[in-house]
Amino acid sequence: MNSALVVMWHRQIKSYFRNRQRLAVTLVQPSLFLIAFRFGIGGMFEQSGRGNYIQFLIPGIVGMTILMSSTMGGMSLIWDKQFGFLKETLVAPVSRTSLLFGRCLGGATTSFVQGLIVLFLGFSMGFRIINWGLFPLALIVMFTIALLFNLLGTSIASKFDDMHSFPAIMNFMVMPMIFISGALFPTDGFPPVIKFLVKINPFTYCNHLLKYSMGSAALHSILLDIAVIVIIVSILGSLGTYFFNKMET
Amino acid sequence: MIAIDVKNLTKKFDQFVAVDDISFQVEKGGIFAFLGPNGAGKSTVIKMMTTILYPTDGSIFINNYNIHNEKSEVRKSIGVIFQDHTLDDELTAYENLYYHSALYKIPERIRREKIDDMLHYVGLLDRKNDLVRTFSGGMKRRIEIARGLLHSPTILFLDEPTLGLDVQTRAFLWNYIKKINEEQGITIFFTTHNMEEVENIATKIAIIDKGRILSQGTSKEIKKATKTKTLENAFLTLTGYGIREQSADK
Ligand SMILES: Nc1ncnc2c1ncn2[C@@H]1O[C@H](COP(=O)(O)OP(=O)(O)O)[C@@H](O)[C@H]1O
Ligand SMILES: [Mg+2]
Repeated sequence: MNSALVVMWHRQIKSYFRNRQRLAVTLVQPSLFLIAFRFGIGGMFEQSGRGNYIQFLIPGIVGMTILMSSTMGGMSLIWDKQFGFLKETLVAPVSRTSLLFGRCLGGATTSFVQGLIVLFLGFSMGFRIINWGLFPLALIVMFTIALLFNLLGTSIASKFDDMHSFPAIMNFMVMPMIFISGALFPTDGFPPVIKFLVKINPFTYCNHLLKYSMGSAALHSILLDIAVIVIIVSILGSLGTYFFNKMET
Repeated sequence: MIAIDVKNLTKKFDQFVAVDDISFQVEKGGIFAFLGPNGAGKSTVIKMMTTILYPTDGSIFINNYNIHNEKSEVRKSIGVIFQDHTLDDELTAYENLYYHSALYKIPERIRREKIDDMLHYVGLLDRKNDLVRTFSGGMKRRIEIARGLLHSPTILFLDEPTLGLDVQTRAFLWNYIKKINEEQGITIFFTTHNMEEVENIATKIAIIDKGRILSQGTSKEIKKATKTKTLENAFLTLTGYGIREQSADK
């Protein structure tokens, strides 16, 4: 362990798994969603001839789990500001870029693991991977989504000091992103205004690529998804680096 | 040799001038105290010298490195104990020091030994595997001192290090600081509003209030300049008798 990136990565993972309570909370929420949607609208979905709902829902729930836990990755930065540990890292002779990416890769790793756990939960509910050849892509996509939203959460958190307003703002962003992405139910019945929001929602593309890599038919070219994700990760990476370099305490 | 060289340093938060055109120098191997009431600007100056807050104006050289463009060199050569605790409560004492040693690139093969040595010096080796969350304020401070010295800095900054500590821990801490200053020649810069500490420990003093240095020199020089008999009277003469509100450190 010699680079700051590895140190921060290691530390984020360690403190994450040490806090059992947090771990439980981030797993209970998607499980509840999974059960509610499975039994709430599964029948309707299948009656309308759209195929097996579990096959549709599970990749969406996996994506949702990753999205929710990743944006909350920013919360650890707020905690570190509040409880002082941030100063210890800012005063160390290491680049701010490595602090940012170490944190975000650490957060991405834990979000990825949570996504995997929910995926296994899905298997137990009858979800099947149809094309195992695409499965490595699914894993890569899961990790990349996790990184993307960790960068988003952490960049925003670098601008906030308040333990209360940050989760509120995150929830305000995350919930609509999930509901108008096509993750939990299809978006084709939405009115045009909302359809437009679907199009500008970054999570739409994450979800589409994740569903595709787990066996759903593509609704548009996945090259579009890949392009959107790569561009957003680059933008957030640069923005986060800029914010971290400017960060004072 | 000059360890710390601050010239015309100013820090504004929006319109508010927290540090107002101050200059001072600290000799290598010296113990320099910033004495000032709450809100004087002590922490703000320490944060700028330790590269985590950007000055509005003026220059700072630490071990002849410019804090503007030689941050990394500055950071390597200093140890910092901030006013508020900066340990990770969810990690053990050992883990806190281990991550520190990795961030400061202390060679892997000597890390364990070095950490154990430092924990031994501050009397907490037997608690090394306990979570910091379970420690008292005084124990946390001792861990922070151990951590601040782990990478063998040549200057140690301490921002109100004894605030809220019991008499025993205070005594231990200052004895230890004196010892490392004498034996290893580490330059010490600390802030406080405790006269006794200043009088007993510091070789040079600056009295600071409302962002300005009102007087600096040895205790003797300051008393002479203010025509007072005790440092406390000198302090009150310079800063007045108005009561200051305590504000949380940001
Ligand atoms: N980030 C900040 N934003 C605005 N004002 C600040 C900030 N940090 C400190 N101050 C103000 O600057 C003054 C000096 O603060 P500080 O350096 O913490 O004083 P001291 O450490 O001597 O008690 C205080 O009035 C404080 O309220
Ligand atoms: Mg202070």
